[in-house]
Amino acid sequence: MLNYDLVVVGGGPAGMAAALKAKEEGVEKIVILERAETLGGILEQCIHTGFGLHYFGEELSGPEYAGRFIEQVEKTDIDVFTDTMVLNISNSNVVTAVNNNEGLMQFQAIAVVLAMGCRERPRGALSIAGSRPAGIMTAGTAQKYVNIDGYMPGKKVVILGSGDIGLIMARRMTLEGAEVKVVCELMPYSGGLTRNIVQCLDDFGIPLRLSCTVVKTHGKERLEGVTIAQVDEKLQPIPGTEEYIECDTLLLSVGLIPENELSKDVGVELDRVTNGPVVDEYRETLQPGIFACGNVLQVHDLVDYVTEESQIAGKGAADYIFGKKKGGKFINTKGINGVRYIVPQRVNIEGEEKLKLYFRVGQVYKGAKVVVECDGQILSSKKKVKLAPGEMENVVITPEMLKNMNENSEIIVRIEE
Amino acid sequence: MKYDVAVIGAGVVGSLITRELSKYNIRIALLERCNDCAMGATKANSAIVHAGFDAKPGTLKAKLNVRGVELMKKFCKELNVPLKNNGALVVAFSEEEIPHLEELLKRGEQNGVPELRIVKRDELKQLEPNIGDTAVGALVAPTSSIVCPYELTIAGVENAVTNGAEFIRNCEVTGIKSENEEFVLSTTAGEITAKYVINVAGVHSGKIAKLIGDNSVEIIVRHGDYYLLDKSQGTLASHTVFQCPTKMGKGVLVSPTVDGNLIVGPSASDIDDGDDVATTAEGLDKIYNAATKSVPAVSLRNAITSFSGNRAHPATDDFIIGSSDVNRNFINVAGIESPGLSSAPAIAEMVEGIMTELTGGMEKKENFDPIRPEPVRFRHMSTEERAKLIEKNKAYGRIVCRCETITEGEILDAIHAPAGARDVDGVKRRTRAGMGRCQGGFCGSKVVEILARELGVPMNEITKFGGESKIMYDRTK
Amino acid sequence: MKKSLICVSCPLGCPIEVEIENGEVVSVTGNTCKRGDAYARAEITNPVRSLTTSVKVENGLHPVVPVKSSGPVPKDKMFDCMKEINSVTVKAPVKIGDVVIENILGLGVDIVATNCDSGK
Repeated sequence: MLNYDLVVVGGGPAGMAAALKAKEEGVEKIVILERAETLGGILEQCIHTGFGLHYFGEELSGPEYAGRFIEQVEKTDIDVFTDTMVLNISNSNVVTAVNNNEGLMQFQAIAVVLAMGCRERPRGALSIAGSRPAGIMTAGTAQKYVNIDGYMPGKKVVILGSGDIGLIMARRMTLEGAEVKVVCELMPYSGGLTRNIVQCLDDFGIPLRLSCTVVKTHGKERLEGVTIAQVDEKLQPIPGTEEYIECDTLLLSVGLIPENELSKDVGVELDRVTNGPVVDEYRETLQPGIFACGNVLQVHDLVDYVTEESQIAGKGAADYIFGKKKGGKFINTKGINGVRYIVPQRVNIEGEEKLKLYFRVGQVYKGAKVVVECDGQILSSKKKVKLAPGEMENVVITPEMLKNMNENSEIIVRIEE
Repeated sequence: MKYDVAVIGAGVVGSLITRELSKYNIRIALLERCNDCAMGATKANSAIVHAGFDAKPGTLKAKLNVRGVELMKKFCKELNVPLKNNGALVVAFSEEEIPHLEELLKRGEQNGVPELRIVKRDELKQLEPNIGDTAVGALVAPTSSIVCPYELTIAGVENAVTNGAEFIRNCEVTGIKSENEEFVLSTTAGEITAKYVINVAGVHSGKIAKLIGDNSVEIIVRHGDYYLLDKSQGTLASHTVFQCPTKMGKGVLVSPTVDGNLIVGPSASDIDDGDDVATTAEGLDKIYNAATKSVPAVSLRNAITSFSGNRAHPATDDFIIGSSDVNRNFINVAGIESPGLSSAPAIAEMVEGIMTELTGGMEKKENFDPIRPEPVRFRHMSTEERAKLIEKNKAYGRIVCRCETITEGEILDAIHAPAGARDVDGVKRRTRAGMGRCQGGFCGSKVVEILARELGVPMNEITKFGGESKIMYDRTK
Repeated sequence: MKKSLICVSCPLGCPIEVEIENGEVVSVTGNTCKRGDAYARAEITNPVRSLTTSVKVENGLHPVVPVKSSGPVPKDKMFDCMKEINSVTVKAPVKIGDVVIENILGLGVDIVATNCDSGK
């Protein structure tokens, strides 16, 4: 058994930021367990720029953004095990992991930070009819083939889903010589950032078809084409709108799912909307000493916010380790009227620092107000030019606002049109 | 190449026949037109070892099903294939359906199926708490089991190869001539001669029989769609839950799989192309609607994949097993639809008998080893067992598929096994790598990398399942 | 004449209105920072984009290493740049920031590595 103050599961941007913050706070023995061969997580294959504008004030590529944190981790005495898979976390915070060098290892931790990230929703979850040939893959898998392995997964491409990875891959495949025929989006709006629609699709004349989906795949061995169709308000294909498109590749960018299998095993309670753990403002789960941050907690649009969130978790873990975390009185937060969820789900009304509630909306709003209220009192109301499901929003809660609340209060965030 | 016996088709029946014949001192070739075994109906069926109440008394189906259930235990034990006796329920959703259950009970008893009984709603609810509210009663068949059909097939082929049989992939039989008491087979892998031919070509067995001028094998391709749900749903039903059978088959079932997933299906529609395994929107809708009648909690939100398979439905409605009228050394084993998997061990035994008769007795091998060693299954091991295993071989310390906890060592075993994996789906069926909730999103590229390395070819030559199913094209630069 | 644009300078994606008279930009509105103003003016006169791709590595751990343009390149020169970058091979080890191509196509920007590859 190896004894550590803090075990961080995952060495992507979330895990690294949490570990570094905990180190800065004075935690002595920290270990990061990373399943890939190197630290950096998914950023290693995100070679496009757009990372770090908030945090570093400059536009970096994924590997560069990760590189800055890797460099910092290397300067500390934080232990790192790469190519190491965590198999299990016990409810007494014993983390069992395995790699092909040290074999099976057990770490006894005071606190654990969960930073496993997320995975892409696969085809099966979509129930597209048709054959199951080669050439159908998630956009992220294609990204790895192109950017890390240096292979083209196809030449004529249809992309289903306009999430950011799909949009980024439309440009990436085009630059490498593929023909991206169309991006289909089931919803009447894109799930990706507007700037990515401009610079990844519009720049190259790639059409974005909204309220449109793939209804059938064709081809026995390699994909030969797909049938697409428009959908109605209930998202059901409209008969008669089917259109055959010849292609050898179908990339799916249809959503990300936090990877909480380890969390579930240890009994961490999950939020039904985010699919991530229920946490308080310190990012501690309902399981004492287990914290969560990054895409395992909620799917982020910007890595800068992952870093910010993970530093909160790192600080929370450090306070826990030093016995500084106060008990406090926790109340729930709740999103209604277009606010799909809120992280954190619990807030300490005895907290003395201002905090941010992060949320996403369920549809596109123009000129709507974000209203925060508690016990019938409006705490803040702010007009937004635009709110979109693809973009994470936040509202600020100050200690002054918390002062008037009691154990039965509930902080509500809603959209007012 | 010269053989005593050529078995055409490496589905579950072909595999087990080959394995039974590998007990004897004869030269056997198992010919498979695909890049791996278990590529037809075997890889896409309900994975049930039926108790045997469904088939009409007196038919081959009835006889071989009941015998198959008995033999399956022995086969699975020797081949180290997990077999789980979970029992089955045929549910009636109205009082009018109760006589159907009574009919099935009577038929089952005639077929020799033990322990059958009919229960009313209350007991049914106890047996299967998630059953739909409209259920009024059920036939309980405690001897029904679940097994993984491709695992059984792979294990059979491995064991046959270990005992001297030859497995020839990418070997489609295109012509058969009969010369000097021998068959000469033209195949996509060259010419093969054999004294005996066993036609186990599934949906294509009619076509193969015609190659010797035997037009008696009439096969109708019956298409069925399925959903496979995440392991989190595997406990929604503990029994295999059937609805009352129809003319087209046993109807839509909801069942746990031996690996802990939930399977839902199949639909049934007759089609022309035996190789068309595209799922249909109508079929998928139908099975979903039917399944939610049996178990309302079934939700497509948790579907991890959908697939379909083509059953070889015989026009005669019964298995066709025996020497051809055209040439008695050509044995048809055709029309093996449900309960084909359940009957497979018994069919193998029957064919072994036919061969013994035709040859006047075959000499037994002295060193036949009936045991196929149990593959390493890291995910089922205790911490201590895992530690010991990794100490012996470090490749077991590297997890490749994180959803199913599959190690690099297991993938290497699958590639280097007798008749080992040559493509990504082959690795998946042998190890479960890529079969979990992310469906290979993360490990797919690692599996390609390992296959390329072990087979000594560039990554872009690795296929999903042979042929032109290449996963990637050229280098980007 | 008015033209609507979406700023791509950062992930905010501000909707911008540009007023143009006789080919000259007279006003830019809707932007929330200076970068937006600059983006809008450039987009009317000479649209530019930053370019990210990869370059072949010899003896690397991986066959390719990611690169980016040190500054934006004209939008219509993107594919010319790709051609140039695809004709180059670098030798491992490669560090973040290593210049792979200096002053690509005389455009005044370099192509630099954005990840390291310590080599085999």
